Amino acid sequence: MTRAISERGVALIDVLDRLLEGGVVLTGDLTLAIADVDLVRISLRALICQVEADRDDVGRQP
Amino acid sequence: MTASRYVYAIGRALEPADLAGLVGIDGAEVHPIAHRDLVAVVSAAPADEAALRARLERLDELAVVAEAHHAVVAAVATQTVVVPFRLATIYRDEQRVGEVLHERYAEFSALLDRLTGTVEVGVKLYAEDRAPAPVTPSASGRAYLQQLSQRHRRRDEKWQHAAAAVERVDSSLGALALDRSRHRPQAAQLLGVAGDNVLNAAYLVPAGRLTEFTDLAHRLARDEPALRLEVTGPWAPYSFTEPDHGDRS
Repeated sequence: MTRAISERGVALIDVLDRLLEGGVVLTGDLTLAIADVDLVRISLRALICQVEADRDDVGRQP
Repeated sequence: MTASRYVYAIGRALEPADLAGLVGIDGAEVHPIAHRDLVAVVSAAPADEAALRARLERLDELAVVAEAHHAVVAAVATQTVVVPFRLATIYRDEQRVGEVLHERYAEFSALLDRLTGTVEVGVKLYAEDRAPAPVTPSASGRAYLQQLSQRHRRRDEKWQHAAAAVERVDSSLGALALDRSRHRPQAAQLLGVAGDNVLNAAYLVPAGRLTEFTDLAHRLARDEPALRLEVTGPWAPYSFTEPDHGDRS
């Protein structure tokens, strides 16, 4: 299925917009049924780390 | 395998055979949990909760989980109306999922009614990124300041122009759509594309008018030379799952 997604050219960032900002938000049973705020924080941290990593890569280029 | 269940979406009129062969998070088999005419689309949740949380903090792992979630939702959405769930909603066992369907039966039924026969279309607009003229180092401090202020003025004008153009496009598209919702503009450095993302919107469109809608979007964008258009989808209606969804923009 993952391959089908890439073939259809769905950009990860557009998927994340929807999966992290959209969708039904219910509190599940486990702490992982992440409350709004937590998930946004998690995703932001992931995205920021990625940007910083990309920047470092650019910085290392001659 | 665990008893706990990861919920991807809720749908209607789904038979177990409709989900045959579909796999979700970590390759877990997807199966239905039914309550009256509602069906929760679930799979076994990853066993280690702490490990899953840690995975969601790494972009590469977040991508794997998000794509698995999205793939299930997209596959089910081709067969029936669905209400997608947000990433990582997990219940202790199948019985708890059934209880949630029971408790929120009216809410989910109303949402499914509203979303039947619709698709979500993503529309992104970018303001053309014309690099500002470089400020030439000048012997005259006054000339330098003038150049700087001209540059700021041009940038302000560019933004005002883009904002007005976005409003024109959004209101025309909104007139054809059943509903609309705005996501946060995407950060330029994450996109790797030219221009600033000035509109990141989703429109709920009758499935039968999808072509008409995308044609209109392209036509409107052609009339706005300051903007570049990107249309995504059709998506399952992720952005329209609030019970009393109004215009969130």
